[in-house]
Amino acid sequence: MSGTRTLINPAQQSRTLYRAALVLIVVAFTLVFLGPLYLLVTDGLKGTTEAIQTPPTFYPHHAQFSNYSQAWDRLSISQLLLNTLWYAFGALAFQLVFDIGAAYSLSKLRPVLGNAILGMMLATLMIPAMVLVVPQYLTVLDIPLLHLNLLNSPWAIWLPSVANAFNIYLLKRFFDSVPQELLDSAAMDGAGALRTLVSIVLPMSRPIIGVVSIFALVNVWKDFLWPLLAEPDPTKQTLNAGIYSLSLGVPQNILIAAAAISAVPTVLFFLFFQRNIMSGLTAGSLKG
Amino acid sequence: MAVLTASSGTDSSPARATGRPGALRRSVQRNLAAHGFLIGAVLCFACFSWYPMVREVIMSFQKARAGRTTWVGLHNLNQVANDPSFWQAWRNTAEFTGMALVLGFGLPFVLAVVMNELRHARGYLRILVYLPVMLPPVTSLLLFKDLYNPDYGLLDRLLHLLHLPASGWLQSPNVAMLAVVVASTWMNMGSATLIYLAALQNIPGELYEAAELDGAGLLSRIWHVTIPQTRLILSLMLMLQIVATMQVFVEPFVLTNGGQGVNGSTTTVVYLIYQYAFNFSNYGAACALGLLLLLVLAGFSVLYVRLNRRAEA
Repeated sequence: MSGTRTLINPAQQSRTLYRAALVLIVVAFTLVFLGPLYLLVTDGLKGTTEAIQTPPTFYPHHAQFSNYSQAWDRLSISQLLLNTLWYAFGALAFQLVFDIGAAYSLSKLRPVLGNAILGMMLATLMIPAMVLVVPQYLTVLDIPLLHLNLLNSPWAIWLPSVANAFNIYLLKRFFDSVPQELLDSAAMDGAGALRTLVSIVLPMSRPIIGVVSIFALVNVWKDFLWPLLAEPDPTKQTLNAGIYSLSLGVPQNILIAAAAISAVPTVLFFLFFQRNIMSGLTAGSLKG
Repeated sequence: MAVLTASSGTDSSPARATGRPGALRRSVQRNLAAHGFLIGAVLCFACFSWYPMVREVIMSFQKARAGRTTWVGLHNLNQVANDPSFWQAWRNTAEFTGMALVLGFGLPFVLAVVMNELRHARGYLRILVYLPVMLPPVTSLLLFKDLYNPDYGLLDRLLHLLHLPASGWLQSPNVAMLAVVVASTWMNMGSATLIYLAALQNIPGELYEAAELDGAGLLSRIWHVTIPQTRLILSLMLMLQIVATMQVFVEPFVLTNGGQGVNGSTTTVVYLIYQYAFNFSNYGAACALGLLLLLVLAGFSVLYVRLNRRAEA
């Protein structure tokens, strides 16, 4: 930690009081934020009778590991997991290609009407997402001009995810900071717009691309209503929506085991990328 | 907000292009390339954002019957407003937003202030508060549904151990919304906490020193230094949270099935929109209600834009 002075003067603090407060806070945080996860994992291990027994037990007296394999089969978790990965990485690919292209064009190529287009994109940030769900759903049912029905296809997740003004805004702000002289000298050497993007702008923009990528993946993983509507076939849904759709008639302990399994990928992802996620969170929030 | 900063570009090349022979062609080529990079995103926006925005407004005044759409003026709005659930849904939404602000806006600030005072374990605490944010929401909600269960839920067991009466949580119309707010706060408060923590770390330590020399006690230092120094981010987060919490859907949907079992005491506006559209296939009414919600939230958004503009200046 930086050693700068905060609210309380460290010199005036008694050591024992600080220690006591520290222990108390760490224990309280652990109970509140980790405790529920402990219950998630252990409730998933309880047998059918123990899961619904009154009073409830704080830990499984007869751990039943077969719950997890049963949950895996009954809620077809492997299928849901594959769907989620397929949707998430597809959405990531589309967002990277189209949003980076758009941000690069708006920042460096500056086409006619570019600012008007950017303005219209940013205007969508003002519209609450839930208000648009109904007309968006009807659009996916029947794409204008093409008259395609995207229901139950991955396109219904991939293409709308591109229309993310926040991504374009973050990327454009970053591209703005790439010095124009670098691009000019690349142009002198005969590099076209695409060459310049790939060999100069992208290598300099790795941090922001990392942030955008992480949020692209997390968004698909956490979204609930859209995959539920756009992929009405439960075997085509994401893990988050699919567990809900398939939960009817599944015993409590099996359902909790399924929920525990579905938490594993995101928890691992988070622990692995936590530095990037947190820096992205504070970088984006102040500017958004 | 950013619309203002976006136009701060350098020279505009079309102006440079006039005069020399072949310059026009080059300018056209340049623009073609630029629009080529833009086209994918623009098509997606047109199809999945701009067109639905227009459609939302149009459909609010239309009715679809047997494959034909007719203009019905304010009929949809009228129908929605006369639904007995209408006012209840707005009341519930306001109740949710109010409670979510007390918990979800106040608590993260307190946590951030506390975490900022610690010189140890801060990395661990940061991971802890943000962990629930990363979980798939349905996972967290299924877990809370389990904890809230009146027969075998752990929370009633804890109340029992403390010699308090069982609460019924999601089953009781009086407590159900609070139970939904608690779950929602647990799931979402991590991001606000970390944003506040980042803001607190930017407060110059001299301010606290000076305040202390002037004899300011702990509370007075919070009131006169901490809060004024973070006021901008606090007000931004307040707007963001109002707009976000007024759109609450997943929590009541998964926890209480939208509130049907508890006299509709957790039915929210967005849940009502969902019902009109996807249970009754009454898209006109759903859009009319959506438009109303949009108008209410637009007020908060305008405020947000103004604050953000000041934050960028």
